[in-house]
Amino acid sequence: MRTTSVRRCAGALSAAAAALLLSAGPAAADTASPSPSTSDSLAPATTAGSSFLTATAVQPEQPVQLAGSTGDYLYWSFTAEAGQTDKIAITVTLPPAASRHGASNWAVDVFDGLRRRQACTAGAQTPTAAAGAASVTLGCTLRQVRAWAEPWSGDPLPGTYYIRLAVTGLPEQDLGLPMQVAMRITAHDSDDIQPEGGELKAPLTQPVSAGTVLTSAPPVAAEEEKDTGWNWDWLPDLSARWAWTAIGGAIAAVTGVGGYSLTRHPRRRMSNPDGFNRPSSTTRQDHPVNIT
Amino acid sequence: MLAALSLLGVPPAHADETTPKEPPKVELVLDISGSMRARDIEGHSRISVLQQSFNDVLDALPSEAQVGIRVLGATYPGNSKAVGCKDTQQLVPIGPIDKLEAKTAVATLRPTGFTPVGLALRAAARDLGTGETTRRIVLITDGEDTCAPPDPCEVARELAAQGTHLVVDTLGLTLNDKVRRQLTCIASATGGTYTAVTSKTQLTNRINQLVDRAATTYTQTPAQVDGTDNCTGAPLLGPGAYTDREQLQEHRWYRVPVRDGQELRASVSVSLDRALNRDYGVLLRAVSQDGRELVRGTDAGSDRTDVLSTGLRWSAEQDAPDQTVCLVVSNSFSSPTATTAATPGMPLELIVGVVDSSPAPNGPDLGRGWGLLGLLALAGLVGGLLFGWLARWRVSIWRAN
Repeated sequence: MRTTSVRRCAGALSAAAAALLLSAGPAAADTASPSPSTSDSLAPATTAGSSFLTATAVQPEQPVQLAGSTGDYLYWSFTAEAGQTDKIAITVTLPPAASRHGASNWAVDVFDGLRRRQACTAGAQTPTAAAGAASVTLGCTLRQVRAWAEPWSGDPLPGTYYIRLAVTGLPEQDLGLPMQVAMRITAHDSDDIQPEGGELKAPLTQPVSAGTVLTSAPPVAAEEEKDTGWNWDWLPDLSARWAWTAIGGAIAAVTGVGGYSLTRHPRRRMSNPDGFNRPSSTTRQDHPVNIT
Repeated sequence: MLAALSLLGVPPAHADETTPKEPPKVELVLDISGSMRARDIEGHSRISVLQQSFNDVLDALPSEAQVGIRVLGATYPGNSKAVGCKDTQQLVPIGPIDKLEAKTAVATLRPTGFTPVGLALRAAARDLGTGETTRRIVLITDGEDTCAPPDPCEVARELAAQGTHLVVDTLGLTLNDKVRRQLTCIASATGGTYTAVTSKTQLTNRINQLVDRAATTYTQTPAQVDGTDNCTGAPLLGPGAYTDREQLQEHRWYRVPVRDGQELRASVSVSLDRALNRDYGVLLRAVSQDGRELVRGTDAGSDRTDVLSTGLRWSAEQDAPDQTVCLVVSNSFSSPTATTAATPGMPLELIVGVVDSSPAPNGPDLGRGWGLLGLLALAGLVGGLLFGWLARWRVSIWRAN
């Protein structure tokens, strides 16, 4: 039963190794995502832009706190990466109820880097503040940012996102009254990036510098030499799938051998159940590895 | 990918690292008309609140700020409207400000005359001059214009249309309905803001905020361009930000050269700078030279808003010849009155980008096919070999012992 003991040890070992490998995936993903404790170091932002071009850049977890006037259009921008899901939470402290004349409608609009309106999957995007309310809470959870999308689609892509906070309807007399705005973006990262293998060559971030009107189409840059000997394009991309499949194959082989060995000497195993505790007690010659 | 994002994906406020050609310019226009004597802000007179607030503002001003001060209704105490309505002077010329001198000048002001807001706005625009960068006027007033014509709102629209990149922010020192309507009209015509001042702290904070905003706004001025009414003669645009004016229901055409392997990106924002009917929309289309629509972006709305924006991406199929893509911006705004429909058109901001195109991914590999079977067989073989060798090695060690 020496070999049985060897096999059992090896089986336990490989099982442990497999468990280790299996747990390695999610563990690596956890370390890749930024820890929320970094938020403490971010200084609060106290400004907001008044248009897309002047939007104040903020980061996820950075607190934003500022005073404004009802009727202001407040713009912020932030950068999102593939796999990220962003959640925006805004609280507006309204002017004193005594100086207001009725209910007001508020809206937080989110636009991508091309200023295309982005849908919110959850959150109070367009709440109504009652005439007597002291504050109003707005929220918007965006879709998960995709790594690639067809040019014709409006899917969320890596790049800049713009947030616009404004009152969309109110009694005309209530314009210009003082209000307080608090905003925070929460980002949730995921390594489940869709579509797999897709990549946007340039993030959706539009230029902000003034353009120049051309007189003619710019000359074509010298074509680069395309065939430079060896071409490795035929090789497949070594994605995580390859590693998982290879490990799966190895585990299948090991468990296959394990299963086979379980069926090999059932009678002998039953007659000597504690054989592997006394490895030197017997000198059986019936096992292939013991041939001398 | 991450590196690319951190390099290219920087939010726009910090993307422009070029040194500005000229410093930001702000002119504060103060109303010193007779009505400023009214004591209705926290029990103090409007003028005293303004003066106290100004002390704090001047203290907080960054040394590099180029700020000027203009007053209106400050000198003529008489009753002649003809004279009183020309009463506007530049108290402190635009430039690096001498804080002590400016404080003294403001402190000695006494409420006096009429309220020629329209005239003061024109004069302030002249003080600021023309240039590449955005200029801001901060108008602080307590009374409606008693001197129209010119109507201050018309003046604001006219100044905005001159292409001098002028933004007027207004602060009202009273909650009067007429004053508020006039000031909101001036603000929306130029893309500025309106604030109703109810306390000294609020006034101080707001002026500080607006002066600070000038520093972030002024480098971001897009280039002026004139779209045409068809594609053939349309201006050819390189990547960058542009500004134009579009009338109600007008079509504006532009062209962008796009090479093989490149992707066109365009965004457009139309500002709602006047009173419009409730439902509206904006449409941006990319059209090929032969009139075929390639892609469109659209947005619509019916609520109070400042701009209506949309954008599009487009790239040709692989190995297509270089081509020039036409962009056409159209809108479905309508005006309740005939007068607001007239020129100038509404401000239009067009951002053009041309980047490398992103071809479709091949999809997940190794889900099926001979590759998968081969890899599994190989993995099984290697696993079996390793296991077998390990077992033999353990046995041989045991035997040696």
